[in-house]
Amino acid sequence: MHIPDGYLSPSTCAVLYVSAAPFWYVALRRVQRVMSTRLVPLLSVFAAFSFVIMMFNLPLPGGTTGHAVGVGIATVVLGPWASMLALSVALLIQALFFGDGGITAFGANAFNIAIAGSLMAYGLYRVLAGRAPLTSPRRVIAAALAGYGAINVAALLTAMEFGIQPLLFKDATGAPLYAPYPLRIAIPAMMIGHLTFAGLAELLLAGGVVAYLQRTEPSLLKRTAPDAQSSSDRGPEETAPNTGWRTTRPLWVGLAVLMILTPLGLLAAGRAWGEWSVSDFADPAIRQQIAATSLNQAPPSQVPKGLERLSSIWTAPISGYAPPFMRSAAFGYILSAMVGTGLIILLFLLFHRTARRGRTDTLENETR
Amino acid sequence: MTSSNPTAPRPPSVDPRCIRKRSRGFIERTLTGLARRLDRSLYAEELARADGLLQRLDPRTKIIGLLALSIATALTHQVLVILAIFTTALVLALLSRVPMRTLAFQVWLGIFLFTGPIVLPALFLTPGPVIYRLPWLGWLVTAPGARSAMYLLTRVETAATLSLLLVLCTPWSHVLKALSVLGVPAVFLMILGMTYRYIFLFLQTAHDMFEARRSRMIGVLDGPERRRLAAATVGVLLSKSLYLSNEVYLAMQSRGFRGAVYTLDDFRMRSRDGAALAGFLFLAALAVWWGR
Repeated sequence: MHIPDGYLSPSTCAVLYVSAAPFWYVALRRVQRVMSTRLVPLLSVFAAFSFVIMMFNLPLPGGTTGHAVGVGIATVVLGPWASMLALSVALLIQALFFGDGGITAFGANAFNIAIAGSLMAYGLYRVLAGRAPLTSPRRVIAAALAGYGAINVAALLTAMEFGIQPLLFKDATGAPLYAPYPLRIAIPAMMIGHLTFAGLAELLLAGGVVAYLQRTEPSLLKRTAPDAQSSSDRGPEETAPNTGWRTTRPLWVGLAVLMILTPLGLLAAGRAWGEWSVSDFADPAIRQQIAATSLNQAPPSQVPKGLERLSSIWTAPISGYAPPFMRSAAFGYILSAMVGTGLIILLFLLFHRTARRGRTDTLENETR
Repeated sequence: MTSSNPTAPRPPSVDPRCIRKRSRGFIERTLTGLARRLDRSLYAEELARADGLLQRLDPRTKIIGLLALSIATALTHQVLVILAIFTTALVLALLSRVPMRTLAFQVWLGIFLFTGPIVLPALFLTPGPVIYRLPWLGWLVTAPGARSAMYLLTRVETAATLSLLLVLCTPWSHVLKALSVLGVPAVFLMILGMTYRYIFLFLQTAHDMFEARRSRMIGVLDGPERRRLAAATVGVLLSKSLYLSNEVYLAMQSRGFRGAVYTLDDFRMRSRDGAALAGFLFLAALAVWWGR
């Protein structure tokens, strides 16, 4: 996520420095107005805190670990302006003294992670948390999703900056001078890792720390929850510690709603770009569609040999999200969503169980 | 009083190699990372006090000179020019008694392992004339792909070597103070300086928290429990940060801090600093002109 020197052209770095400058200026003015002489110690200590938590290895489901940036939790506790300053200082120290991220690329890293990340996290958190009490499970979910959204926005911006390099900067022979991949490769390559592992680490950190603060020091969450309802307005059951099913209940409900909404996919007309099958190349209507969505480039007259060979290797049991025995396409979609989600959950449980057993065996061997 | 007069505490006497031999749970990995970072910072401080070429120069000369070379590295359109700047950086490292082993392990290997896999597909994916066909796989290496990979690898390695030279040959407090020549406001310099000090305090605190937890553990924590532990550790660190910032604020106020920041400028530019700065700028300008 931290862009090193050499990946971006000097002009891209300069543009991102200039883009970040007004945010730093406004943030400094706003935080100074509120904090006055407290500004220096508060930002220093929080920047140090942000730096240290970036080094934590967070345990993820499945037995692996990952690093988080901490943009979600920093925004929820400090607010977006102080958070973008503290994270910028942490990023500058990382670039200057520890070689994590480049010095010329510092403006880009600060813009992507500290500025865009903090603003995204704040917007998501305020919208999702609403007026929920400080100790509400809804705030845990909101913080978790804010962290997830923030890191993914930062990753998307980073990918876009990488992706425009080969379009704009080439040498006389046409070779890309900086990051070599165009947008169509840079974006999926960056987003796959961030939508999964890095996003999950950020999600767990922000949600976990907010849940912890709700139990120990809910007052720390007040800064970004000015219109939160008082806890005394709610029943005692809603202020209980958020653990187990209670914490994850909204996620499960959200998942169920998404499954029910899956037949919306039937509304989309035509084929998704790049997901063509062998038979599509023989259908004139679909060939026309492919050309129209590919900058009027006609598809090859013959089916590509590799596609023909590889497509016959595996036939999906529920091809096209429509089980053969199901007459209604909408129910077919819902059934496919249930089967797919169930398989993913089963796989995660299996991984989790295997990893747990492995650890137990290791401990038993060590104690013997 | 630590909070009123913050000084970088001694790092814990933990040998990362000892930790590495044990099981690789998240606590061990975090401990290893924290200990390694403390270890590297201490080593950099030691090297900055050595008697070498860069160590003898004024920090402002080093910041402007090495930054100019970094910018020239980014601007050039010739791999040869980048390699020439890299060679200059190597000569500077030798004259400044920076061990090649340190550069190899802290910069070159790490960057090669990180950037190498990133640029590898570019060899085959960048369209252009084919220069080599991989045996067995049949993948085609294109000329623009190979050039592009060379650009990225050499650029990243050179820029990182120059950055590390600055940090290894200059005490951190001097680096921060010298940043004022680049127009960084004094209040930012003060925040940066305090942040740097408190990073070590928090690294130590985090290290102690994990070590304390590990010393009390006799079993294996399950996944949710480990995640709760990590979140609780971050939460405690957050509470401590708030408490500490309040303490520091009170300590600063009691010493008369009213928001105005002053820095003592005790650097002196001598003739050799002027000559070195002219040399750096000449080399950077030459590189930009040659590699345009």
